[in-house]
Amino acid sequence: MSLISEGANFRGPIVASTLAEPSSASVGDYIALMKPRVMSLVVFTALVGLAVAPGHLHPLTGFTALLCIAVGAGASGALNMWYDADIDALMTRTARRPVPMGRVQPGEALAFGLTLACFAVVVLGLLVNVLAAALLAFTIFFYVAIYTMWLKRSTPQNIVIGGAAGAFPPTIGWAAVTGSLSLEPVLLFLIIFFWTPPHFWALALYRTEDYARAGIPMLPVVAGDVSTRRHIMLYTLVLVPLGIAPWALGYAGVLYGVVASVTGAIMLALAGQVLQERRPVERACRHLFAFSILYLFLLFATLLVERGWGGLIARLTA
Amino acid sequence: MTEPAKDEGVVLTEAQKRARRSRSIAIALALVALIVLFYVMTLVKGPVVLIRPL
Repeated sequence: MSLISEGANFRGPIVASTLAEPSSASVGDYIALMKPRVMSLVVFTALVGLAVAPGHLHPLTGFTALLCIAVGAGASGALNMWYDADIDALMTRTARRPVPMGRVQPGEALAFGLTLACFAVVVLGLLVNVLAAALLAFTIFFYVAIYTMWLKRSTPQNIVIGGAAGAFPPTIGWAAVTGSLSLEPVLLFLIIFFWTPPHFWALALYRTEDYARAGIPMLPVVAGDVSTRRHIMLYTLVLVPLGIAPWALGYAGVLYGVVASVTGAIMLALAGQVLQERRPVERACRHLFAFSILYLFLLFATLLVERGWGGLIARLTA
Repeated sequence: MTEPAKDEGVVLTEAQKRARRSRSIAIALALVALIVLFYVMTLVKGPVVLIRPL
């Protein structure tokens, strides 16, 4: 019997039951629709892309770029919550979101998301540059249409391919300064791209029942525990050298090299523990999930301190 | 002869009115912020605001 329920195949009960009700959504509900925690990570990685990029950018233009990227990320979150209201209602982690709780009507979430997306892209294009705006538009499209509407419910590779959406912000930040792309922002993209699967699969390993109940074909649901643990190790083996690559290629200094090497070794050790651990013990998965967030933060924060901070201060005082 | 009952339409509760007011204020603030942003960015960029190379 398949572990996948029919959860992903129906949409509607929540949608239908709340359409006629006048809205009682608060401003806080709309802020929750924008997934502020995800937004903060997006803004941070975009800031690093913006700060390490060569060239001059007026501080206000930089602020505008970050604001648009943040609003674009919020739009993606709102559109994701609009489309996924049915499966969000079935999962413990997401059941208290505004749409499944009935505090925000699906139509409101859709209108809110589309409005934010249009404003973010148009303002970025008008006030910063067209390439950055095009990248932001593509990121929103990729997250909503490719990941949320298509991949998430249809393939266990959902977060592998869908992870690209979360990897774009540093390239948008870079493009906002330079108006072009090069190897360095692509490297930052690849780091986040290969970081995403071990991060989310570690979470999925101890939330398997949740995903199965909602009918989301996450790798642990479809391929099982053992295969997922192997995949986590494989992706971590690719991720760690990529994390060190900015130093190896001369884009970052010794401090970054040391931080990337040490934290990379810890990531590998934790992935090794996940590989060896068996249920019902899930401690290793939780450790890997938590440390993976710190790992990404440390890599980008070190880049910011080492490469970008001086440039950022110079831009602010210019 | 009895008069037909008046259709009062949708009647909002106090909570819904408060929520609508807070949403309206948030939208107004966002629009003002957008106007200020465009105004200041135009001052910062000057005539270059019309030139947006890729």
